[in-house]
Amino acid sequence: MGLTCASSYRVLVATVTTQQAGQSAGANPGPKRDPKTGRFGSSVFKKAVMAVTGIIMILFLIAHMIGNLHVFQGAASFNDYSEWLRQVGEPALPPRTLLTVIEIVLLVSVLAHGWAAVSLWRQAKRARPIAYQTKKRVQQSYASRTMRWGGVIVGLFIIYHLLDLTFGVANIDGPDATPYDRLIASMSNPVVVFFYVLSLLALGFHLRHGVWSATQTLGQSNKRRERAVNVFATAFAVVLIGGYLVIPFVVLTGIVA
Amino acid sequence: MALELFLEGDPIADTKAPTDVPIGERWSERKFRGKLVNPANRRKMTIIVVGTGLAGGAAAATLAEAGYKVKSFWFQDSPRRAHSIAAQGGINAAKNYRNDGDSVHRLFYDTVKGGDFRSREDNVHRLAEISTQIIDQCVAQGVPFAREYGGLLDNRSFGGAQVSRTFYARGQTGQQLLIGAYQAFERQVAAGNIETHSRTEMLDLVVVDGKARGIVVRDLVTGEVTTHVADVVVLGTGGYSNVYYLSTNAKGSNTTAIWRAHKRGAYFANPCYTQIHPTCIPVSGDYQSKLTLMSESLRNDGRVWVPKERGDSRPPQDIPEDERDYYLERKYPAFGNLVPRDIASRQAKNVCDEGRGVGPGGLGVYLDFAEAIERLGRKAVEAKYGNLFDMYARITGEDPYSAPMRIYPAVHYTMGGLWVDYDLQSTIPGLFVIGEANFSDHGANRLGASALMQGLSDGYFVLPNTITDYLSAGPFEKVPADHPAIVEAEEGVKAQVEKFLSINGTRTVASFHRELGRLVWDYCGMERTAEGLRKALDRIPEIRKEFWTNVKVAGDAHTFNQNLEHAARVADFIELAELMCIDALHREESCGGHFRAESQTPEGEALRNDEEFAYVAAWGWTPEGEPPVLHREALEYEYVHLAQRSYK
Amino acid sequence: MQLTLRVWRQPSPQVKGKMANYHLTDVSEDMSFLEMLDVLNEQLILDGEDPIAFDHDCREGICGSCGLMINGIAHGPEQTTTCQLHMRSFSDGDTIDIEPWRSGGFPVVKDLVVDRSAFDRIISAGGFISAPTGTAPDAHATPVPKVDADAAFDAATCIGCGACVAACPNGSAMLFTAAKVTHLGLLPQGQPERDSRVVRMIAQQDAEDFGGCTNIGECSAVCPKGISMETISRLNHDLLGALRAGAVPAS
Ligand SMILES: Cc1cc2nc3c(=O)[nH]c(=O)nc-3n(C[C@H](O)[C@H](O)[C@H](O)COP(=O)(O)OP(=O)(O)OC[C@H]3O[C@@H](n4cnc5c(N)ncnc54)[C@H](O)[C@@H]3O)c2cc1C
Ligand code: HEM
Ligand code: HEM
Ligand code: SF4
Ligand code: F3S
Ligand code: FES
Repeated sequence: MGLTCASSYRVLVATVTTQQAGQSAGANPGPKRDPKTGRFGSSVFKKAVMAVTGIIMILFLIAHMIGNLHVFQGAASFNDYSEWLRQVGEPALPPRTLLTVIEIVLLVSVLAHGWAAVSLWRQAKRARPIAYQTKKRVQQSYASRTMRWGGVIVGLFIIYHLLDLTFGVANIDGPDATPYDRLIASMSNPVVVFFYVLSLLALGFHLRHGVWSATQTLGQSNKRRERAVNVFATAFAVVLIGGYLVIPFVVLTGIVA
Repeated sequence: MALELFLEGDPIADTKAPTDVPIGERWSERKFRGKLVNPANRRKMTIIVVGTGLAGGAAAATLAEAGYKVKSFWFQDSPRRAHSIAAQGGINAAKNYRNDGDSVHRLFYDTVKGGDFRSREDNVHRLAEISTQIIDQCVAQGVPFAREYGGLLDNRSFGGAQVSRTFYARGQTGQQLLIGAYQAFERQVAAGNIETHSRTEMLDLVVVDGKARGIVVRDLVTGEVTTHVADVVVLGTGGYSNVYYLSTNAKGSNTTAIWRAHKRGAYFANPCYTQIHPTCIPVSGDYQSKLTLMSESLRNDGRVWVPKERGDSRPPQDIPEDERDYYLERKYPAFGNLVPRDIASRQAKNVCDEGRGVGPGGLGVYLDFAEAIERLGRKAVEAKYGNLFDMYARITGEDPYSAPMRIYPAVHYTMGGLWVDYDLQSTIPGLFVIGEANFSDHGANRLGASALMQGLSDGYFVLPNTITDYLSAGPFEKVPADHPAIVEAEEGVKAQVEKFLSINGTRTVASFHRELGRLVWDYCGMERTAEGLRKALDRIPEIRKEFWTNVKVAGDAHTFNQNLEHAARVADFIELAELMCIDALHREESCGGHFRAESQTPEGEALRNDEEFAYVAAWGWTPEGEPPVLHREALEYEYVHLAQRSYK
Repeated sequence: MQLTLRVWRQPSPQVKGKMANYHLTDVSEDMSFLEMLDVLNEQLILDGEDPIAFDHDCREGICGSCGLMINGIAHGPEQTTTCQLHMRSFSDGDTIDIEPWRSGGFPVVKDLVVDRSAFDRIISAGGFISAPTGTAPDAHATPVPKVDADAAFDAATCIGCGACVAACPNGSAMLFTAAKVTHLGLLPQGQPERDSRVVRMIAQQDAEDFGGCTNIGECSAVCPKGISMETISRLNHDLLGALRAGAVPAS
């Protein structure tokens, strides 16, 4: 136990990094800023939009994954399923009703989700105008850190994916091929598959944090549930992405041709 | 007994308590007799409240609710950080929720007796009456007091009281009470009724035509010195334990506001009454900046001892039983380790003075749980004291389960402060003083869990009612910004700041503060003697002189400069220390926290001298070089009979 | 022990800041982190240099004044306040980086001192129960279930230090706000203003240049009082409920 401590010090090199302060004076007492009015400006409201649209997209993804698994039943079954999607409710409803509804809902969701994401992203950037010289993570997961860029990757993927399999314009077999053929064509191309796998993994991470985050955002988590929600989020992401990944896997390995 | 150290002044007395009615009716009677201010007039009046602790925060919020314009000042960044936040144990109230015989009268009685018969009966009785309203108020604000399974409030007993009347919120009662007051305060800020001035230090009082009319402050961020005027000034600036440098108080706690008001004419009462808490973590080195309180409850199971041999440097485990001195158990077989705070503190000092203290510098005694762990099992000890043990381990790096803790007494609370009457008004009309900053309710010793009670009582209930009597004559004439009193006060403050920066000597402010603290601790601490106090009184003027010629203050006056803040506070501590020693020297008796070695019973108990000293010593300031003037307020005991405290 | 400190020095809000290096010898491991800085400052003063400004007061972990980013972690390697951190948590020869809390909502005042008055304004926006002095019923008039009282207490232990903001990658003050919303929302006395409170507090928080919360959890991991993520969930729950019920922040 050091009793006396005539510590001495020495000033070493002074300047290491220089950064702009870029802030107003810490006036005393701080100026009262006006709160944002209207509910849409609230960051929590935006988060809720993301959570709800995220959940809608998740529901679609579950259905979509199950639908995709029709490939195992062969080309006919898959094409029938695709055809069925387009004909549900006929003749009472015009063709493509269900599909159009789904498309609209998804489009609105993805736009709203993206709007909220960008808006919160900008808010977060404003909130830390000067970066830390040194910053360590204590708890933060990889998934939570990659939400934004991961989301961008998923967004780009969706665009490409629609051009590829829905409209066929980006497909090797072209828009006139059957859905099944387009699928097999894409999944047999290693470059395309690589992009698919990468995007699916990004989506997996996005959902790993997204499911937990949405539960929090919608106010449904608590201390007791916290662990369970996190375990579920991981399990869900693994199963869902696994379900998607089998398709490129089986096509590439020739199990389904 | 005429010392050349002070001049005898006229006696003073409280004239506000209506003593013509029985004590239980005096408070309502005073409220009834006091003049009121009608709501339309309140809007026209400005009240300055300095401090946002329990006292200041509660007062500002309540006065703003009543419709006055309140200007609030404090030196931290947020009002929530006032030192009241650190109080741990709890707050007393005569609720008698336990049906164990508590009553307003019993709380009144305990407090007068606990203060060793040196407090004013009227004030203490009012405190006891109001105590119950405080709890109601705090619960309504959302203060999360501890509750029982039935959903009702829990109580504990504290400070040796025979009844369970202490309300608590784990070990963070002060924090929760302060947050309650702070929230009420912020509500009024939002309503536009309180104008806030954070990081702003009061450096002088403006007195115009004999009335307190404003304060001179320094903006700690910009260094700007400005004056704020008002119809009335309220000080809730806390205690001055930091005169000792090392204390359990927050680093920023200071005497500046009340000291400068004192220099403008407010009498300073009983400056030497300080409370020393026996169970604090001892000093570990010269760099030590403050002391940390460990809950007194540890003495329920821990045994206090030191080695029999002086200078025994063996680790505690290697000292056999028969070479240990369990001195409290030896000297006080009836109370053992549970003797009251002042005795436990003094005895620890005695054994250390004998050279038998343990740890660095020989300033510590063991608080040993080995026996308790053996008797109750480690689990049980952990359940009871786990968080305290963890805190100890974090601070000292030692494991209290395997080796005894080391503890030492530390300065904790100051019962002295500005003299106030029953209305909490000082000797300067228009200057009100609340909370620990005044001297009012605790006499020579404060009982546990009663400072929080006093702060909130003053802030929420007393001041807002008594201040109206003074304000009923307002709004007072406007004071122009160029009034000579303002100009003079501002110049004085600016001159002092410039003086500090110009000395450019060789010693830091902190080194003066440490030296002063050590001196006051040695001679005006737990045990005081005429000889020691005279030594201190010889030395303090030397320190002051050296301070003003050899201090080195860094930085400049126009930016955030913590060193400059500290310098101004230390300058005041040096002056206050001198008055404390004079007060301690003139009071040739022992009472409560003031223990004069010359005045003790054969058993070493504090021996009061009621014949000569049953008074409040209210000191008046005289310009430098002149001794201070003593004004005595005689204390009369109508309801509690004077008796010697005994612990045998 | 010997240490190298890299400390953020910024004389005033308008001036650019930079890291400066100091070398300290003979540091005792029993010193608190702030005492280590005190020792350095006394030396700086004697050498005629400007001492390092840092906020502190109680030095026992309760006032929330002291807040430093130490080696990239808010309040340093232990989950406690900076004043309760001791040098024995470091080793001889270490280099320690010390920075202020960085957030748009916490402008730098000087060196390591930031202006946290935004927190006061968030409380002022609604973090209270309107109970004017003297209007209270008897404290036992409304029993509070112990579980609620305990949970409210857990949330009420927040010391307003701002470590949550400092640590959050989004610079969000969510944990701070959530702690207060939870504390008051769990008590029966807090019910009448429950909806308006949360809406107004969040609106103020957003206006103060804090980020939005994306449930990353850094805040709770460094919070010296261990305020839980559950509080954030509760805040969200209350806010969405309030918005559904039609509460909109007034200007
Ligand atoms: C560790 C500890 C534990 C305690 N535990 C208990 C307990 O369990 N029960 C109990 O009853 N009591 C306890 N006490 C005592 C009690 O906490 C204090 O006496 C009480 O809180 C003082 O409140 P206050 O409002 O008078 O002053 P404070 O809370 O000290 O507030 C002072 C205010 O004044 C401001 N101020 C000071 N000087 C200036 C200036 N020059 N210019 C501008 N502003 C200024 C400050 O910024 C602050 O806002 C404890 C004390 C300590 C130290
Ligand atoms: C357009 C591309 C997308 C972008 C830019 C994007 C971006 C984001 C961002 C930034 C977040 C918030 C980060 C956080 O909460 O930690 C988020 C959350 C979320 N995203 Fe996405 N995302 C996109 C697509 C998707 C898709 C396709 C799904 C679902 C299938 C999805 C599901 C979710 C979910 C469930 C959340 C959690 C919502 C919450 O926290 O309340 N996202 N997204
Ligand atoms: C290996 C993985 C996937 C395969 C094999 C696959 C396959 C398909 C196929 C074949 C279609 C066309 C269906 C049709 O036109 O009848 C389709 C459409 C679609 N897919 Fe995928 N998909 C996969 C992953 C994803 C992912 C991860 C997303 C979202 C993030 C997604 C979103 C969509 C959307 C939005 C459509 C359009 C649906 C519509 O037109 O309504 N898909 N997918
Ligand atoms: S929530 Fe925790 S980290 Fe944030 S201000 Fe409160 S105590 Fe500090
Ligand atoms: S780290 Fe930030 S994102 Fe939310 S959970 Fe904590 S505030
Ligand atoms: S100084 Fe008060 S919490 Fe650290």
